[in-house]
Amino acid sequence: MGTDLDIILRKYKQGKREDLIPLLQEIQDDLGYLSEEAIVKTGRFLGLSTTKIYGLATFYDRFRFFPSGKIQIRICHGTSCFLNGSQTIINKIKEETGVMPGQTTRDGNFSYEIVSCMGGCCNGPVINVNGQYHTHIKAEQLPELIKRLKYVIEND
Amino acid sequence: MLFTIQVNNKKIKAEKGETILSALNRNGIIIPTLCRMKEFTPTGACRMCVVEVEGRDRLVTACSQPVEEWMKIKTHSPRVITARKTIVELLLSNHPDDCLYCDRNLNCELQRLSEELNIRERRIRGRKIKPRLDQSSPAIIRELSKCILCGRCVRVCEEVITATSLDFINKGRETHVGAAMDRDFNFSSCVHCGQCVLVCPTGALHEKHNISEVQEYLNKPEIVKVIQYSSMVVYGIAEELGMRYTREFDKILNTILRKIGFDKVYKTGLGTDVCISEIAGQLSERIENKSDNPLYISACPAWVKYAEQFIPSLIPQLSTVKSPQQITGVLIKTLVADQLGVKPEEIFSVSATPCMAMKFEARRDGMMRKGISDVDSVLTVRELARLIRLYGIDTSNIEHEPADEPMSGRSSAAILAEVSGGMAEGVIRSYHYQKMKKEPDIQIFKKLRSGGTFREMSVMIGETEVKVAVVDSLTGLEKLKVSIAADKKYDLIEVMTCPGGCVHGAGLSFNNSKDEIKTRSKLVYQADDTEAINLPCKSPSLINLYEKLLKDNADIADKKIFFTHFEKRNVLL
Repeated sequence: MGTDLDIILRKYKQGKREDLIPLLQEIQDDLGYLSEEAIVKTGRFLGLSTTKIYGLATFYDRFRFFPSGKIQIRICHGTSCFLNGSQTIINKIKEETGVMPGQTTRDGNFSYEIVSCMGGCCNGPVINVNGQYHTHIKAEQLPELIKRLKYVIEND
Repeated sequence: MLFTIQVNNKKIKAEKGETILSALNRNGIIIPTLCRMKEFTPTGACRMCVVEVEGRDRLVTACSQPVEEWMKIKTHSPRVITARKTIVELLLSNHPDDCLYCDRNLNCELQRLSEELNIRERRIRGRKIKPRLDQSSPAIIRELSKCILCGRCVRVCEEVITATSLDFINKGRETHVGAAMDRDFNFSSCVHCGQCVLVCPTGALHEKHNISEVQEYLNKPEIVKVIQYSSMVVYGIAEELGMRYTREFDKILNTILRKIGFDKVYKTGLGTDVCISEIAGQLSERIENKSDNPLYISACPAWVKYAEQFIPSLIPQLSTVKSPQQITGVLIKTLVADQLGVKPEEIFSVSATPCMAMKFEARRDGMMRKGISDVDSVLTVRELARLIRLYGIDTSNIEHEPADEPMSGRSSAAILAEVSGGMAEGVIRSYHYQKMKKEPDIQIFKKLRSGGTFREMSVMIGETEVKVAVVDSLTGLEKLKVSIAADKKYDLIEVMTCPGGCVHGAGLSFNNSKDEIKTRSKLVYQADDTEAINLPCKSPSLINLYEKLLKDNADIADKKIFFTHFEKRNVLL
């Protein structure tokens, strides 16, 4: 993985602090998350302290610091989805997976996170599974969905 | 350019370019502030300093808004007072409210603001911040539940200390101040200087207390309790106890310490003298060998840690002489133990310092001999004052007593080491005396004593030119780097982490305005001017130590106990 990181870093100019966010985005796209090694290396490359980078990266919801699950679910918790009952969806997923938002199940299969708005306000509640949107989701549909996803992973 | 503005229906003069706050303060109008730090650019984050400006819909922050000629300002209108009150009420809404048990009880800015704004009931209730106590660092404790997110520690660590080991993590309700990867503090690049503690308005950051440990040992009759204190402690204690400082105050402090139960009271000053002489010796060696590399003074433990983690290439150039506290500590565990006829492990050695990093230094690798640490416990001035109050010592009518031999005397160079540039000055004076057999003219050090984060001077000693640089607070390192890159050669470089030197140490009183620090430095220079012995090698205590005590004690005659080693550190930078 170290070499991947070096390839990404080589595309940027050393010491240019304004490149930090695009750089972190690219690392996350590639590795799936921001590892400690990646943060330290980026810091050394741009001349920024690890503390500062970590502080900045935690400000944004989209940066993650552990590998995500094979199935990554994002649940919209914006105003419209909230009014349409996104909380019951969150509770159900919590119950089904047994982990908190932002965490990954021990088998590495599932992780989910709560996001503010995905721009599908008229279709709420909206969830996004590995980039695919599911609209008008109801809590009752979730066990079935998760079962199907599990089946897909296990037979992949 | 001066112009008139109207404040509370009165005309006052304001200067173009200054902020509303500075104009008001100059005219005797006081406005509460919270996130503001005097020497920093304003952030206007806490909104505590809001005032009403006629013609503006919103309240403006006085700390960041420049004055303009037409301004009609109301500083204490009902609207302004309500706004300020609400801010404090909101800050208190998720605060743990354990003032009675807090480190900053009676000395807390939040407490003071809440009192000043006459907050008498809890109007807003919020969910309390999840308690998180980080005791991992040897010097600094973090209590995140008490943090009000003013950001002063973050700024001081980044802009003054340049270690940048604190930042805001997460956002919104989840925001807190933490180290890299939100790990505990001992993993971070913190250098334990404690400047963040000095600026923290609440008890969210404070020193690790060693009082109960000291108390426990004070009650053990079989243990010999020994304390050493440095020159700044004398002034610091006078300040903390609200007593008038005189030049005889150290004698009062000796009596107080003996009354508390310390068997022996020593001055760290002798250790400073040893430190200065040994560094002067190393300097002379370097100059004779015509070494290209400078000698960095390593008496500041925070600077040493900074160098070890950020500039490991400098480690070979760091002077291997221990810091004054450690030298005194090791002398207590060897010489004094022999004199008293006790084993070193039967001595409990306490050090009182104005420094917080000394707490870390005492626990360093290489600061022990045969498995016994040089210094067992380190108290800051604030802690020592607390201990004195705890033991109910009546300080008003107290006799004068001298410190114990063999560490009762010091030269004035030892007290000079408390200000930035002082240690380097002492070393050069010693070196000059060693070579020329006379003291140098004090005027030549003028350049080392002036302000600025980076100062340099050069002096001809005999045939050789000795170049000295002083870095006052770590921001000066940048200028040093530029200077060295421009092919300037230095023989001796002193680095102090806290701006101004130990007079600005984090263990001293929380009242650390610029004037206060000036007063402290003035006292140091005065002492150096008036005291008779201004060279370590002329101090009778040091002569006695070198000529007699060390020679009589075969175990330590090689002076190896005065030296230590430094190593590269792996921390998250």
